[in-house]
Amino acid sequence: MAMTDSRTPKMLKPLREVGIAGYGAYIPRYRLPASEVARVWSPGAAGLPIHEKAVAGLDEDVITMSIEAARNALARAAIDPAAIRAVWVGSESHPYSVKPTSTVVAEAIGAVPHTQAADWEFACKAGTEAMQAAIGFVGSGMADYALAIGMDTAQGRPGDALEYTAGAGGAAYLLGPADQALAVFESSYSYTTDTPDFWRRADEKYPEHGERFTGEPAYFKHITAAAQALMQASGTTASDYTYAVFHQPNTKFPQRVASALGFKPEQIETGLLVPWIGNTYAGSALVGLTAILDVAQPGDRILLVSYGSGAGSDAFGLRVTAALPQRRERAPRTQEYIARRSEIDYATYARMRGKLRVE
Amino acid sequence: MERRTPHQVYVVGAGMTPVGEHWEKSLRVLALEAISAARAEAPSLTPQALYVGNMLSGPLSGQLQLGALIADFAGLRGIEAVTVEAAGASGGLALRQAYLAVASGLQQVVLVLGVEKVTDRIGPEVEAALAGSTDADFEASQGITQSAQAALIMRRYLHESQAPPDALAGFSLVAHANAVANPNAMFRRAIKPEAYAQAAMVSEPLNMLDAAPMADGAAALLLASAERLPPDLPFPPIRIAASAVATSPVALHDQRDMLWLQAASQSVNNAYAQAGLTADDVDLFELHDLFSIYAALSLEAASFAPRGQGWRLAQDGAIGVRGRLPISTFGGSKARGDAGGATGVYQAAELTLQLQGRAGENQIAGARIGMAQCLGGAGSTAATHILIREGK
Repeated sequence: MAMTDSRTPKMLKPLREVGIAGYGAYIPRYRLPASEVARVWSPGAAGLPIHEKAVAGLDEDVITMSIEAARNALARAAIDPAAIRAVWVGSESHPYSVKPTSTVVAEAIGAVPHTQAADWEFACKAGTEAMQAAIGFVGSGMADYALAIGMDTAQGRPGDALEYTAGAGGAAYLLGPADQALAVFESSYSYTTDTPDFWRRADEKYPEHGERFTGEPAYFKHITAAAQALMQASGTTASDYTYAVFHQPNTKFPQRVASALGFKPEQIETGLLVPWIGNTYAGSALVGLTAILDVAQPGDRILLVSYGSGAGSDAFGLRVTAALPQRRERAPRTQEYIARRSEIDYATYARMRGKLRVE
Repeated sequence: MERRTPHQVYVVGAGMTPVGEHWEKSLRVLALEAISAARAEAPSLTPQALYVGNMLSGPLSGQLQLGALIADFAGLRGIEAVTVEAAGASGGLALRQAYLAVASGLQQVVLVLGVEKVTDRIGPEVEAALAGSTDADFEASQGITQSAQAALIMRRYLHESQAPPDALAGFSLVAHANAVANPNAMFRRAIKPEAYAQAAMVSEPLNMLDAAPMADGAAALLLASAERLPPDLPFPPIRIAASAVATSPVALHDQRDMLWLQAASQSVNNAYAQAGLTADDVDLFELHDLFSIYAALSLEAASFAPRGQGWRLAQDGAIGVRGRLPISTFGGSKARGDAGGATGVYQAAELTLQLQGRAGENQIAGARIGMAQCLGGAGSTAATHILIREGK
């Protein structure tokens, strides 16, 4: 048996071409301005990481939000949900520790019972991990349709730097055969190491992070490595992509990594939603992609690179097909969700997010 | 005052790693890099002993016995090796022990290493470990930290000397300006006075730019007695003309005068006497600017400024590389970065480069006599060394 050369990146190539049959975003309506967090925790703080973040309402969680996004994806795909053979939800905010989010979602959208269902966990890239697996599921011929969702109601310890950005939202992608797709996967690649930059132990309410360690050796190293490997193997450069979207823990990180990889600000602008909805963790890069698909034109190429702490990145190269412009009108656009906005103060936020101990 | 030593002691090799967040390098790897660089300058010499200056390997790395660990890892298995600890003065104390060994004639070729690894741990853990430099029973247990302690001193200093709020800004500005040309510096960018004025408070009145960043790094010196100087050294050997250590109470409330670095003053005066020099003879001074207030107090303790007036040297350009008493010529702890117990060795290595004429853009023209001083805690331990380039 030949030894695998660990130095040479190997693309993840399915047996048959796979594409996005339908996509859907969901962002809850409530907004907490970063200035409001600063008012409570660090008055006079300069250089806030974002403008405001989206906050899930009292009756929302990753299950309800995933169902919203999945229904939007189904509306655009216009297929019988019974044809879906996998419902996979990536999140770090699953309502239950034991009992899948995905079974509830599958039931709600009518994908049961002839389907797989499972929850994925890989910090902020749990959603793209599910997408990578769905490419394999469809690409191998095991299924015609698989649903991959990245959705979060992210946790941030009150007063922690992450509380400014930990937002709520995400997106659902129904993957299917390329010949009916709105966008086709041209390439995909995953890059993973054991890098402890951010974590939440079992039974802990809030995550912890390694401070500045979350930057260079974590976020930047993995995204850069994954993006470069994918572009090199697919013979593309930054200028070949009309749009690019990267995981967005704050505004600066994706801007910096994009610039380092040779992308211009206008290439990432459309998918850079973090200033307006915060870091939606497992949904972060994926909801950036829905905003791009809302406006992209046939032939446009899109690069998506996620990042999950722990740590790893999934990179995807997509090409938009002629089917997209008409089909995207069948569900709300991402920017419509962003515009649907009710501002709340910190006290209301504390109530909605269960920050107050009431028993 | 110490008697004249039986044997003259020379620095024949100096090596430094960059100070920074070395997430990919362990403590022993940093140590090896510095040792290898120092030994490469006199490869014919084999060290008989290794003196390691380190402050935090116990609490932050769970590692004791650095002497044995590093001697082995550096290919010197079997030699005498020991760790010297005196908080931020550890590096200066390690140099002192190495000096004593060679000056006494018991050893002829020895290595001095300063090494610190802090970025494997996050802020609160590092801050708690650093608080070990205060009096644990009477200060740290009450919650004091190094920066809080420095802030208390700074507030009193500004009050007593009737100095303006930005009196100490010049120390930061000079350190950052000097670090630009130092490839081993952590912050290689100059800062403007506005940046100091707008810097976030750490512990009022001490702000972010009054405080040196704690980071990883290692520096090494190879010392040899006069008899063992190799004939083919690539750079002139630098003589250690004075080595002096003094202590004062650890707890701030036990100090007779919190605005006077008694140990620093005592060790400097001892060093001047050993070398037969005065403050006027010193061409440059690598002081321990862990916090800007300590730079002002060190200048006063070393007789470069009257009491309460040290801050004025930072106002009138005296301490820049073209000034009459350059300090922090490679950026100091503020901008080179403070690698804890390695600081004293970094200072001596930097002095060596200055005296050998290898300091690059920040070379002090004609530098012949340099002084280095590092402090443990709020000056409870002070180690002062005077290095001299002989001949013309």
